[in-house]
Amino acid sequence: MIAVVERCMHCGACVGSCPSNAIYLNEVILSFNSDCTKCGRCVKVCPVGAIRMEAGD
Amino acid sequence: MVDGKYDVIVVGAGPAGSMTAKHAAQKGASVLMIEKRQEIGSPVRCGEGISKASLDEVGIKPDKRWIAAEVDGAKIVSPSGHVFTINERMAGNEVGMVLERVLFDKALAADAANAGAEIKVKTSAVGLKIENGKVRGVKVISHGEPMEFEAGCVVGADGFESQIGRWGGLDTNLKPNDITSCFQYRLTNVDHDFRYCEFIIGSAAPGGYIWIFPKDEYTANVGIGVLLSKIKSPGQVKQLLDRFIAKDERLNKGQPLDAVSGAVSVSPPPDKLVKDGLLLVGDAARIIDPITGGGIAHACISGMHAGKVLGEAAQEKDFSEARLMEYENLLRNRLENKLWRNWMAKEKLITLSDETFDKIIQTLAEVGVEKMSVGNILKVIKSRHPELVKEFEDLI
Ligand SMILES: Cc1cc2nc3c(=O)[nH]c(=O)nc-3n(C[C@H](O)[C@H](O)[C@H](O)COP(=O)(O)OP(=O)(O)OC[C@H]3O[C@@H](n4cnc5c(N)ncnc54)[C@H](O)[C@@H]3O)c2cc1C
Ligand code: SF4
Ligand code: SF4
Repeated sequence: MIAVVERCMHCGACVGSCPSNAIYLNEVILSFNSDCTKCGRCVKVCPVGAIRMEAGD
Repeated sequence: MVDGKYDVIVVGAGPAGSMTAKHAAQKGASVLMIEKRQEIGSPVRCGEGISKASLDEVGIKPDKRWIAAEVDGAKIVSPSGHVFTINERMAGNEVGMVLERVLFDKALAADAANAGAEIKVKTSAVGLKIENGKVRGVKVISHGEPMEFEAGCVVGADGFESQIGRWGGLDTNLKPNDITSCFQYRLTNVDHDFRYCEFIIGSAAPGGYIWIFPKDEYTANVGIGVLLSKIKSPGQVKQLLDRFIAKDERLNKGQPLDAVSGAVSVSPPPDKLVKDGLLLVGDAARIIDPITGGGIAHACISGMHAGKVLGEAAQEKDFSEARLMEYENLLRNRLENKLWRNWMAKEKLITLSDETFDKIIQTLAEVGVEKMSVGNILKVIKSRHPELVKEFEDLI
């Protein structure tokens, strides 16, 4: 499961870096679709560490 | 049901989108520009540095309302504190200014409106209308309402986070070595040299640099860019900047007026920027300068060329890939060599040690450079450290 915490600054760094184009950001809400392969790139690229990979689906 | 039909729909109202919309509308095309944010230009996601020369090139007249500061030059600072100062005599018209992007972006959008473009804010593109493999329009949510618009051509001006290209079949995916993750504060109550833009290179910002761009005598944009492939743990980018600020006497009493995160591409240009009914400009087209991470100027250049071509294409009612290639060719003629050369230079720079950066900056500071160019810089370094230049020589 991939989750975003309140630290998120809605900047889109994760959106543009996701190799599966699996993240969508309207002005303020970040959502992940089923194309996510759990590669972890978004977790790393986020400048403030707002994305977490958690156990389970 | 369609809610409207336009020759051109521009997704994103940054500099690239507004320049596209303005130039297309000036040539008579019907243009809609949509922006997902509720306020164009805000929140700012930029260090706001640009050279005077690049505004001249795209016909934007400097306006006091959106210029925060004009600087005398730039200082490049090595890890152990050697400073190479680039002044106006060496840099010519490439010398910089620091913008007020909140107002700059609005001024460009106003120019587009003035030329006849329609604008919708708080309107996000959520997908493309694709029929028989061809892009026909865009699906949006506007102030919470789902809507659909048809277009001869959809323009992806949707910045680093761009999805328009990828939704439409243009590959803009980036490699980890070609992405820089950024964090910045606008710090006030700081004691910086407001006549210079400052760049601090080396391991303080692995694969990137720390910048101090003056907004006024007491305030500066202080930011960091770190190459994705060099990030060791989540959130490290912000931590590295916080650590740097805490240790810097000039900055550590500063207080933030805002915080900004984001990313830039530091890649070669993609293979393709146009398809039938689809075109990419600005950061969405991955045309940021891979050395500086600066993208405002290139966004404006690409928007200007795209808008002109789209305006003519609208008169001919031809938005085929073959027609839109005129834009791609114009842009490649202007930027392709520079982007490749600077990307190759970046690939080498990210391998250098702090010691090497010290040697290079010390040499440049002591010997001096008559006129700024990659060739001249390499010549100066070669005079003292021929071993360092070997790897770069193929770039001249
Ligand atoms: C921290 C940081 C510092 C930087 N510093 C500098 C600098 O000092 N100098 C410099 O030249 N460059 C700098 N850059 C790069 C510069 O900000 C960009 O190159 C420039 O903004 C590109 O303009 P653009 O119009 O292509 O995209 P943007 O300015 O990013 O505009 C894209 C717009 O599209 C909108 N959008 C995105 N998706 C959608 C959607 N689905 N629907 C509707 N709208 C959408 C966004 O909200 C945004 O307003 C920096 C970048 C960062 C992250
Ligand atoms: S990169 Fe981080 S801060 Fe930026 S939108 Fe993604 S989760 Fe939020
Ligand atoms: S884990 Fe990988 S595939 Fe999943 S959203 Fe993050 S970057 Fe995209």
